[in-house]
Amino acid sequence: MKSLKANAHLLADSQQQLSILENGTDTNMYALVPFQQKLEESGLYPLLPLTPSVFQVNVGKMCNQVCRHCHVDAGPDRKEIMTRQTMEQCLQVLAQQPGYTIVDITGGAPEMNPDFRWFVEQVRLLNRHVIVRCNLTIIVSNKKYFDLPVFFREHVVEVVSSLPFYQKDRTDRQRGDGVFDDSIKALQMLNGVGYGLEESPLRLNLVYNPAGAFLPPGQAALEQEFRTALYKDFGISFHSLYAITNLPISRFLDYLLESGNYEKYMQKLVNAYNPAAAANVMCRTTLSVSWNGYLHDCDFNQMLDLRCAVPQHHIADYDHSAMLNRSIVVNQHCYGCTAGAGSSCGGAVV
Amino acid sequence: MANHYYSEEDLGKFSSIGTFQKPLADKFFAWYGEVFAEGQLSAREKSLIALAVAHAVQCPYCIDAYSADAFEKGWNEAQLMEAVHVASAIKGGAALVHGVQMMNKVKAIAM
Ligand code: SF4
Ligand code: SF4
Repeated sequence: MKSLKANAHLLADSQQQLSILENGTDTNMYALVPFQQKLEESGLYPLLPLTPSVFQVNVGKMCNQVCRHCHVDAGPDRKEIMTRQTMEQCLQVLAQQPGYTIVDITGGAPEMNPDFRWFVEQVRLLNRHVIVRCNLTIIVSNKKYFDLPVFFREHVVEVVSSLPFYQKDRTDRQRGDGVFDDSIKALQMLNGVGYGLEESPLRLNLVYNPAGAFLPPGQAALEQEFRTALYKDFGISFHSLYAITNLPISRFLDYLLESGNYEKYMQKLVNAYNPAAAANVMCRTTLSVSWNGYLHDCDFNQMLDLRCAVPQHHIADYDHSAMLNRSIVVNQHCYGCTAGAGSSCGGAVV
Repeated sequence: MANHYYSEEDLGKFSSIGTFQKPLADKFFAWYGEVFAEGQLSAREKSLIALAVAHAVQCPYCIDAYSADAFEKGWNEAQLMEAVHVASAIKGGAALVHGVQMMNKVKAIAM
């Protein structure tokens, strides 16, 4: 399987995606209420930032996997990765803005960026908490990554890992053949160096996202099922499970359209709109920097090329007061963050 | 009005059933919600039971709703089908066991 970009697919163009999100498809059965209107009804429009605390950096679209639902359209054929120079610009902002207490490193597979380890080390020197969004299989994909668990431990990195399900079939359908077995091996390696154990400060959290056109079930019950099954079948321990909704972007949007589920899925998200979740969306406390240094309200907006509504869009020209006074850019995909218990990079929000 | 009895969109209108006799609908939905909450049985287990019962009562709305719900709660295709077979076996068995009544009756009147 290749990325949409490598296939020169129409949806590789963010404008095409936005057009579908805003106008629906030709066969659109439902006229969707604009997200802006829902926010207005909840007294939340314009959507304003709270105190920013999470500095999320997408260090590139390169990945060893090509998951069907990927909102990044990542894969081995994607060559866009963050340079050390852009990382240095991020570090300068972090040095000046101690309020960003958490640095959340994502991709693609962030570990594939040749400057990844250097960047983690530099961020830790600034005394920030580091989260790495690790797809697990990267750890066992090549011997140069076998020592990642030890590297993570040395730098007390919090590891957040996707595991769509505790059974092989459902995981492999979404992420590719063999992904489940490799993920289990990687989780055992992480447990082996002390990650995810009950009293351990080495945090290991898992991410569930639905393998299909539906919303995640309740996070607490699901976490319990994951915990019981993974321990019983594989002796694996972890701390928390984050249940994340798939947003209708990029390859998941393609899947929705191809499978004829787009309208119903959008309607489901709209019907499940929860004002309490809307008040807690992650963009209110997050800054998201793209591989080429541009500023976005979240990783989803980043993939849609919706930059922060500030005069200077690049990390090299970062202006904290402009960031604090901006309005967050929203569109129809935002319904994915406000459905039911809500969804964020840290799972449910209510 | 649609010229058929069952319409997919009607499932979405179920919550408006209280348009007539709201107090009764409110009681039903409150009870329904509690029945399906986590209890001595998990919400996940209850969903699978609901799917089986939906087949037994042959309600297309319930089949639609609980096929999705049970799959979303992590039951796989084989498990869903086994649940349907359980419902079918009980339905079939329920018909067949009445054959004993039939035999009793026939034996009683036959020479
Ligand atoms: S979902 Fe994650 S692991 Fe899968 S292709 Fe996208 S970036 Fe890679
Ligand atoms: S998609 Fe991004 S901008 Fe929209 S609500 Fe979610 S986090 Fe906020």
